Amino acid sequence: MITRRAFLAAAAAAAAPAALQATPGAMSEAIRALTGGAPAPRGRVKLDVPELIENGNSVVLGVTVESPMTEIDHVRAIHVFAPLNPLPNMISVYLGPRAGRARFTTRVRVADSQTLVALAQLSDGSFWSDQVSVVVTLAACTEEVK
Amino acid sequence: MARAIVKVPARARRGEIIELRAIVAHVMETGFRRTETGALVPRDIIRQMVCRYNGVEVFRADFHPAVAANPLIVFTTLATESGRIEFRWTGDNGFAAAESAQITVE
Repeated sequence: MITRRAFLAAAAAAAAPAALQATPGAMSEAIRALTGGAPAPRGRVKLDVPELIENGNSVVLGVTVESPMTEIDHVRAIHVFAPLNPLPNMISVYLGPRAGRARFTTRVRVADSQTLVALAQLSDGSFWSDQVSVVVTLAACTEEVK
Repeated sequence: MARAIVKVPARARRGEIIELRAIVAHVMETGFRRTETGALVPRDIIRQMVCRYNGVEVFRADFHPAVAANPLIVFTTLATESGRIEFRWTGDNGFAAAESAQITVE
C-alpha cells in the first residue's frame, strides 16, 4: 500500500530531474545568439559521438569540419550543444588557418537521451551544423554525490 | 599547480599538420549535483584553455559543465617554426595551470 506521503515523495523525486534540464528553447536561444538568426544548414560538419552511450559521464566527442583552412576560407569557431543537459552549451572552440585542419576531440557529459548539435562558424560568416541522436543508459551531470 | 600533461611531437617538418593533446587533472564539478542531504555542490570548473605557439594564440576552448572531469582536448596546428607550445587553463576559484613543450621544426 502506498501512503499519500510516500506517493508525494516519489512524485517529487521523479519530477526533480526535469527541473534540471534546460528549457526546450534554451538551445535555440543559445544558437540564435551566435548566428543572429542566420540559417545553419546541415552539411560540411561531422559530429562524431557514439549513438549508444553506456556511461554519460565521459563520452568521447569529436567534430570535423570540411574546410581548406586557408587565410581566406577557414573555420572560426565550433560549438557543441546538448538540449537536455542542465546547460545547453557543452564546449566552444576557436581556431583559425593555423590549425591546419578544423577538427577537435574532447570528452563530455551527456545527461539524457537527446539529439546533440554541432555548429560551425566559417570565416565567410556562414554557419553549418550536424546532429546526432544519442541514447544514454547512465545519465551524467546531476547524479547524487557519494 | 594542478597536474597537466601535454603531448607535442618533438620534431616536425615545416608546414606539417601536427596533433596536440592536452589533459589536466580537475573534478569539473557541474554545480547541478546534490549530496545525500540535498545540499547543492557548488560549481567548480575550468572555464578556458588557451594554446599559444611561440606566444601567438593558435587555439582556444571555452568549457562548460558538460566537459567531463580531467578535461582532455585534442586538436591540430601547423608546424611553422621551432619553439615552445604552451597550454594554459583558467577556471573557477582562481584555478590556473600551465604546461608547455618544445618543438623542433626543420
